Amino acid sequence: MSAGAGTRSGLNNQRSIVNRLSAENVTLAYDQRVIAEKLSVEIPDNSFTVIVGPNACGKSTLLRALSRMLKPSQGRVLLDGEVIQSMPAKQVARTLGLLPQSSIAPDGITVADLVGRGRYPHQGLLRQWSTEDERVVQESMAQTGVAELADRYVDELSGGQRQRVWIAMALAQQTPLLLLDEPTTYLDIQHQIDVLDLCAELHEEQGRTLVAVLHDLNHAARYATHLIALRGGEVIAEGAPNDIVTSELVEEVFGLRCQVIDDPETGTPLVVPAARKARGRGAAEPEKVAAEAS
Amino acid sequence: MKTNRAVRSPGGLSVRLDVRTLVVVVLLLVAALAASVVLIGTGDFEIPAADVLRTLFGEGNASQEFIVNELRLPRVLVGLLVGASLGLGGALFQAISRNPLGSPDVLGLGQGATAGALTMIVLFSGGATQVTLGALMGGLVTGLGIYLLAWKQGVHGYRLVLVGIGMSAIVTAINGYLLTRADIVDAARAVVWMTGSLDGRDWNQVWPLLALCAVLVPLVLANGRGLRMMEMGDDISYALGVRVERVRMLLLVAAVLLTAAATAAAGPVSFVALTAPQLARRLTRSPGPNLLPSLCMGAALLVTADWISQRAFGADQLPVGVVTGVLGGVYLLWLLVTERKAGRI
Repeated sequence: MSAGAGTRSGLNNQRSIVNRLSAENVTLAYDQRVIAEKLSVEIPDNSFTVIVGPNACGKSTLLRALSRMLKPSQGRVLLDGEVIQSMPAKQVARTLGLLPQSSIAPDGITVADLVGRGRYPHQGLLRQWSTEDERVVQESMAQTGVAELADRYVDELSGGQRQRVWIAMALAQQTPLLLLDEPTTYLDIQHQIDVLDLCAELHEEQGRTLVAVLHDLNHAARYATHLIALRGGEVIAEGAPNDIVTSELVEEVFGLRCQVIDDPETGTPLVVPAARKARGRGAAEPEKVAAEAS
Repeated sequence: MKTNRAVRSPGGLSVRLDVRTLVVVVLLLVAALAASVVLIGTGDFEIPAADVLRTLFGEGNASQEFIVNELRLPRVLVGLLVGASLGLGGALFQAISRNPLGSPDVLGLGQGATAGALTMIVLFSGGATQVTLGALMGGLVTGLGIYLLAWKQGVHGYRLVLVGIGMSAIVTAINGYLLTRADIVDAARAVVWMTGSLDGRDWNQVWPLLALCAVLVPLVLANGRGLRMMEMGDDISYALGVRVERVRMLLLVAAVLLTAAATAAAGPVSFVALTAPQLARRLTRSPGPNLLPSLCMGAALLVTADWISQRAFGADQLPVGVVTGVLGGVYLLWLLVTERKAGRI
């Protein structure tokens, strides 16, 4: 029995605990192209859940479904016990925030204005800018370390700063649940860690439930409290990284032979790919994996 | 630098105002109204501005009253309303397509309305009312066609513009065909209509346009906040609780109606819808769709263009569409050059 299967049944026993966000037997498809069938996922409350998997395994698609961007063709996504699609849009937006992979900063917008737009679900035609809005925007900018950039134009910022601004915008939404689609893509290593540290802080200090899609398995293993490994639209394993990340699992999910050692800094699993010669020819089809877009 | 101000009531209501935008709106309104007064005084029978104002407030003499209230006021009002509708319609289209080129001129809505009007003039020898209705129908059908062809899980900017350009080419061809079918009298009428003119507009054109604006403008402005979010992309606005498809559909229909109605009233006055939102945005220096400033800018532009055309070439010599076409064409070229320098196209 693989490590994955073991943890799977372990989790099913805990089903009696009702989590705020879950997907039940969802079939996810774009037009006719089916990405996942009968997929069930629970996001444990107060966790920092990270979804990992090879390119095109459906992890971003799952995130889109959880954030009601994509309507499942079958099954349902539940938020606080209600089908997410049938809830009022602003009510969902006050509970669950999403930072998509790519967003457009409007021409000539300042940092403070962009962060302020995160207050939209709390506003109305006659309640456009309360003192509470003002306070939350200041607070969100302070938390993400962009307060001193408040009056700068977003176009002038570096990639790392810009990502912090977008996270500040999502924070200003004040949602207990926050979903992030590959928040570290296009950032250099320092800014990747920077953003992940920020996420960990939001999770630990504010008790927000975070769900992120990450490409880097080692980052995932270090920061996640709950890991979901997907392949071909199926959950192969889920649980705490220390419990589930093994060389067998990595080979099963990513088709990569590797060693899993303890991270000398944190003691979390660290995946070290086997040397090219040790892997032998054709074992992992590395070119194919690398060429596919996510 | 920071011009955003919030006005709050004790009851927890609040309105956010951009001071600069507010100033721009007020100045544009003043400019539009001032130009209107001057325009009313302009013509074969010149009336000084002071007399125009006195007459408008009901204290002029009988001959002035007739000229101002029956002949020139409706024409100016149609100009203001057409300009406002085109400015607002253009701002909506540009915001929805996230592209300064996504304006009704480029998308072929004007040509579509023209096709409707030409059909009435050439094939049915219709009167003014039929021509207006035909233009309205033509605009709506074209708008629907563009929407259906560009629609695939939501309208996307470039697809909308490209489909619009294709549609525009087809409709232009139809218009050319209709013109060749026309006899000389109808053809002359058609060509004048096609240039866009405010000549001979009376109260019959004012009321329907005013009624439409009275319904659509508040509706559009109420949805403006959602549109402002949609600037950042569909996903993020959806995540913020904007019903993206619904808002977009509603605003597209409103934009098509505004443009088609304006075209039906004055002919395809070119380039106001393209330039007004861009000029307004440059004045307010504010991100967002700038709906109200665009509306005021459109009204001011059209009335001023009408005044220029009357001043420069004498009353009723030059249709206003020629002036807006020249001004707008120069502006479009400038826009293309600067966009190119900025590396956006």
